[in-house]
Amino acid sequence: MRFRILNIATAIAIASVSGQAMAGKADDTLNVAFEEEVSTLDGYKEISRSGLILARMLYDNLLMKDLKTGEFRPALAESYTVVDDKTIDFVIRKGVKFHDGKELTADDVEYTLNQVTKKEYNTRYQITVNWIDVVEKTGPYSVRVRMKSVYPLALEMLAGPLPIYPKHHLEAVGSAGMSAKPIGTGPYRLVEMTTGTRFVLERFDQHYAESPKGRPAIKRMVAKVLPEANVQYAELMNGQLDWIWRVPHDAAKRLSARPNLTVKSAPILRFAFMGMNPNYNGGNSPIADVRVRQAINHAVNKEDIIKALVGGAAASIATACHPIAFACSQDVTKYAYDPKKAKDLLAAAGYPNGFPLELLTATSFPRAQVEAIAANLTAVGIKASINEQQSAVMRTNYIEGKAPTYLSSWGAYGIADAGLGTSPFFGGTGDDVVKDPQVIAEVKIADTTLDRDVRKKHYETAQKRVADQAYWLPLWAFSVNTAQSSNLSLDVDPDEFVPFYKAAWK
Amino acid sequence: MYRYILRRSLSGILLILAVSLATFFLMFAGGDPATRMAGESGSMADVIRIRQAYGFDRPIIVQYLSWLGGFVTGDLGRSLYFDMPVSAILVERMLTTMRLGAWAILLAIAIGVPLGVAAGCRPNTKVDRFALLFAVVGQAMPTFWFALLLVIAFSVTYPILPSSGLDSWKHYIMPMVVLSYFAAPAIMRLTRSGMISVLDTDYIRTARAMGIVPHKILLKYALRNALIPVVSLAAAQFGYMLAGSVVVESVFAIHGAGRLAWESILRSDLPVIQALVLCFSLFYIVLTFLADVVNAWLDPRMRIA
Repeated sequence: MRFRILNIATAIAIASVSGQAMAGKADDTLNVAFEEEVSTLDGYKEISRSGLILARMLYDNLLMKDLKTGEFRPALAESYTVVDDKTIDFVIRKGVKFHDGKELTADDVEYTLNQVTKKEYNTRYQITVNWIDVVEKTGPYSVRVRMKSVYPLALEMLAGPLPIYPKHHLEAVGSAGMSAKPIGTGPYRLVEMTTGTRFVLERFDQHYAESPKGRPAIKRMVAKVLPEANVQYAELMNGQLDWIWRVPHDAAKRLSARPNLTVKSAPILRFAFMGMNPNYNGGNSPIADVRVRQAINHAVNKEDIIKALVGGAAASIATACHPIAFACSQDVTKYAYDPKKAKDLLAAAGYPNGFPLELLTATSFPRAQVEAIAANLTAVGIKASINEQQSAVMRTNYIEGKAPTYLSSWGAYGIADAGLGTSPFFGGTGDDVVKDPQVIAEVKIADTTLDRDVRKKHYETAQKRVADQAYWLPLWAFSVNTAQSSNLSLDVDPDEFVPFYKAAWK
Repeated sequence: MYRYILRRSLSGILLILAVSLATFFLMFAGGDPATRMAGESGSMADVIRIRQAYGFDRPIIVQYLSWLGGFVTGDLGRSLYFDMPVSAILVERMLTTMRLGAWAILLAIAIGVPLGVAAGCRPNTKVDRFALLFAVVGQAMPTFWFALLLVIAFSVTYPILPSSGLDSWKHYIMPMVVLSYFAAPAIMRLTRSGMISVLDTDYIRTARAMGIVPHKILLKYALRNALIPVVSLAAAQFGYMLAGSVVVESVFAIHGAGRLAWESILRSDLPVIQALVLCFSLFYIVLTFLADVVNAWLDPRMRIA
């Protein structure tokens, strides 16, 4: 819980601050804070971002995605060959050591991937593993991955949420044991922890030399959970912390004025949108009319809201996916801010005096941004009433058709592909409330082929239809603010992961 | 006396059951636990799978009974969030909160009682006014605000105290002060009003007339009687500190039971919530019981009950 009622930054601005300690650099220890508790260090079960970030320090994958070029770089796999649409062969790198000194072989890869695919393992996000049919060892250092059906995101998954565990350890202790005593091949190993709240990591000196993660420059890292944002700022200012993130816009502005602190804003794959359900109330609601949905698109002044309230590197979006994602078309109908046009459209749809509209949103969505959107809607006559609920509750209610609209955000599992941006919301499955047959048909084709050109073409056709029909009001792609000690060099990746293994002192 | 204890224990158990049943139903009223467990990125398929895997698709009463069955056989279950035995998490977090709460209530009594005695002996003097000011400020000031002020003062401006965790005695100072400043005013006020009314009674006048030395009158005859309601209050305040220290625990990043309760509610970690509710109700019941015993010791008339 973050108590933001008092803004400590204001108070601190008038308080005199004594000289800043440089504790982190002096003892080569990177001190960082997260706001959410880590539930497990088993990457297959974790949902908190902090836990997933720590997991990437401890474990490695077969491949690693280069976020600049979009290419897959060899990691634990030295190379791979796409045999056919449903088969990929991997050559496992020799000489890679686990934290307990044992060497990585094809057995570890085969066992891990087969194990986490089993229903009993209960991998949290089934989408990450349910495409795997079976993984077969084809030699001491080679495996073959067979898919159930053609799955275009296979390499993305292998390079992201599917770390490789040591067979001997996982077999002996299971998932809970992996969390209690994680052993991986990653650049850092765990030396100490308090369940969920404090983790001490140390550089693993035998981390394989060819690792795309590189050799870490900093020897130790201490990650702790500090739920109160203001205490994070305080500890950062007095040098007890070297790095914090998810700093809100206003606090970021104030912290940037501090000497010895640097505030950075990095674009991330998470984006905000307002979903509209034309089928709400059996199709008997103003939202069922495309002109009303278009009016809503014209009514919201995204640019001004971004400038005033979202801040940083955030940018407006026009499509139902993140602009940098693969196959996210930018050539779709765009609705400029035009309140007059919005009013005309409303009048044409038979609502010259507007109508009341329930705007469902999650407590995690920044309230000021919700208020601004509601105010914009009210200005054209749509009397928006905000109904704030916990995100899980909100999502269930919206999917079950209990609300006409909702304001939400989506991180697409940190994978830049329209297959995880557009598909989950318009593919006809669980989260799709629109159920437009044309869109579903296009998404289906794109979801089930490896041919990148075909995927691109069909996703883009789907996205165009979504924009024409204004099923969404795409809002903005978020950025994440970090505040860090000026002598630390570290940047957040666009997939919302923090590569602490690349951190270095200046 | 034994019948009294038996009756009290039975009603205590019934109370615990009622509270746990109410919590169980309230958790489901707050939304689908499976959706929360699946997290923001979970698909509908994940939700359905989790619902089946954890048995959330069964009727609530069946789920409650199966939990109760486990509890009766000494199994508190596994945390849905941490995937580890609830008892392990509970012991760790409870001890943290109890350690802090115990120090804080001792500090609150150490400040509240003497101040209350001083104020009660000299009503409407400068001492009394100071004590009342202390009480009003303590009761009116929001805990988180006071906590943050301390952080600004002693962790940022004059960095002499650590602002998070409970690693050393230094870490205890600020959370202890904040928690006790919340509890001390009530103790002080009750001691004060108790002293004022006791000092006005006939037996004190008689004691004075008999020429007993003032401090003996004050400590032996007056304070003992004035403290009776204070004991019950302190017990209730201690119970509150255990169950309601979520704000202080959040600000100072103390990973205790209060915060665990709050976090568990947010993530629908039913087994943990149930275990915590049981612990908290048990605490209250035991504390009230102990307070009665202490009162009986202080006031022999109560022993007859």
